[in-house]
Amino acid sequence: MATTTETRLSHSASSGAQPLLSIRAVAKSFGKNPVLRDISLQIAEGEFLTILGESGSGKTTLLRIIAGFENATSGEIWMEGERLDVLPPYRRRVNTVFQHYALFPHLTVEENVAYGLRVAKVPREEVADRVEQALSMVKMTAYAKSKPAKISGGQQQRVALARALVNRPRLLLLDEPLSALDANLRRQMQVELKSLQREVGISFVFVTHDQEEAMVMSDRIALLRRGELEQIASPREIYGQPATAYTAQFIGHTNLLLGEVKGSVVRCHSLDWPVMLPDGPVLFSLRPENLRIVNSAIGSAGVNVVRFRGHVCHQAFHGSTELLQVECADGLKIAIRTATRENWNGDLELEFSPEDAVAVRQSEERI
Amino acid sequence: MFSRAYRAAITVPPLLWVAVFLLVPYALLFCYSFWSVSPSQTIVHSWTLDNYRDLFRVNVYLETLFRSMWIAGRVMVFSLLLGYPLAYYLSFHAEARKDLFYQLVIIPLWVSYLVRAYAWKTILGSDGVLNTLLQYMHLTQHPLDFLLYSPFAVVLTLTHIYTPFAFLPIYASLEHIPRNLVEASHDLGASPYQTFWRVIFPLSIPGVLAGATFAFVLSLGDFLAPLLLGGPSGIMISNIVVSLFGAAYNWPLGAAISLSMLLLVLALIYLSESLEKKWSFR
Repeated sequence: MATTTETRLSHSASSGAQPLLSIRAVAKSFGKNPVLRDISLQIAEGEFLTILGESGSGKTTLLRIIAGFENATSGEIWMEGERLDVLPPYRRRVNTVFQHYALFPHLTVEENVAYGLRVAKVPREEVADRVEQALSMVKMTAYAKSKPAKISGGQQQRVALARALVNRPRLLLLDEPLSALDANLRRQMQVELKSLQREVGISFVFVTHDQEEAMVMSDRIALLRRGELEQIASPREIYGQPATAYTAQFIGHTNLLLGEVKGSVVRCHSLDWPVMLPDGPVLFSLRPENLRIVNSAIGSAGVNVVRFRGHVCHQAFHGSTELLQVECADGLKIAIRTATRENWNGDLELEFSPEDAVAVRQSEERI
Repeated sequence: MFSRAYRAAITVPPLLWVAVFLLVPYALLFCYSFWSVSPSQTIVHSWTLDNYRDLFRVNVYLETLFRSMWIAGRVMVFSLLLGYPLAYYLSFHAEARKDLFYQLVIIPLWVSYLVRAYAWKTILGSDGVLNTLLQYMHLTQHPLDFLLYSPFAVVLTLTHIYTPFAFLPIYASLEHIPRNLVEASHDLGASPYQTFWRVIFPLSIPGVLAGATFAFVLSLGDFLAPLLLGGPSGIMISNIVVSLFGAAYNWPLGAAISLSMLLLVLALIYLSESLEKKWSFR
């Protein structure tokens, strides 16, 4: 079962140990419309994995297949040596926090949290204890007797979390749980959710379309694009070493430079730098913050930097940084991020280190 | 914003309609119920409580009222027993055939009530379809005479007629249940059976109450089905009211019974509405 693909995909998860969940070549189509194609990935014990993608990328469908609300057209899901995808949702040790919380309106907060334990026929005293614990964990004890309609969105969110976690699932699925909250509360909940996950040690699979949220919270990010896995890696790696042009553009902001490699040197417009790549056209991703503005008075360029001149044509204020659009004489347009507060205009001397220009695959167009 | 003439033009006609066709008749009914009839068959316009006293003193009225409630109660129960599973199936499992089935439930409502009641007469009569079939199959020697002209026939016909009225509000309330609640219940480990009793049924109670009220109230006041199919043992309270206003020529007593029924029904509707409110959470 440990094919090379899987080993590569799971390299940053805790290697060696058996994965908690293993998704093997899962595909899904609705009628003739393919939604997911050949998804294989593994989730380790205690891992926070984010499935990131635009709307329509199939991320929610993948989550619903893990939860059991949809059946995969082909492929298998295994959990701790047991086939999961053949079980109905109520037999899976997986719980979900729904996008709009899906709290039962006719039950109080307390009864909502107790629901899973009651249907599992857990003894009364134990239910009471565990519900109390779960509510205090999400700081909702004061609202135990309220109906869901009487509490705010953020509070409903916490109740939904308590209702799922009280069952001690092996895996918690979260379907864009923060998307209905306003920006401030959202940032606060991101931190709370992450620390809660560390505290309980349960594996989280978190679905979002927000790349910033994904970077803040995840151990690993699985980027989906039109039903296929584009890249799966830690946030630092996916940002620093994007595998494809799509990844580089979707996560953060980047400059894509098309160069031609010939004899271990790449030429891109009038710039050139040494690379260890075979001859042919290559696309590079160069993050705006990896470009530096040089004071031209200071000496000449070092051996390991690429230096060039450009003309500032636009400046945008981004709070902690400024984003400059620079145009070079040879037609090259490039964005630069700088923390220096100044009004930039006229010509600038710029440089970057060749190792910051990451070769990326052109993302092929799919239908 | 609107001219006075315009406002008058849209408010006066409905008010007039309500006054002429509702307030005045009810006021007349109210007055009649406190008047009496002289031995020479004229209305005596002096106030008396005799009609209401008769209502409770003469056995036949109370008996018929209780029989009517007993018939209406059975119609209510059977309509719910038929209507609920139908609504549940349509809302949760019919999928592509939903619209078709929905139309099939609605279409009988387009057929005149009278036609449907007569149809049952042809089916249940001693020379009717059912008896002929039973005799042809040698299941009985003689026609079964309890089928027609009995409370059984009335309950059967009214159940047939009022099941769609029980079905519709139940169906509406089931359609209103967010499907992610059902998913959440399964997700939390509840089997389909547990999910039905813990989530779906409690959330459909307002619809059940509305459907039950429709079936009960409409059956309670029915007079055609007992007239056509009830026979002497299937007489309901409305038949008595009809005869009091007709052959018996005792409008005051008829008015008193009508008003009492009206109050009973209003109380039931009020009760059902307050229960519905208690069971809705949005």
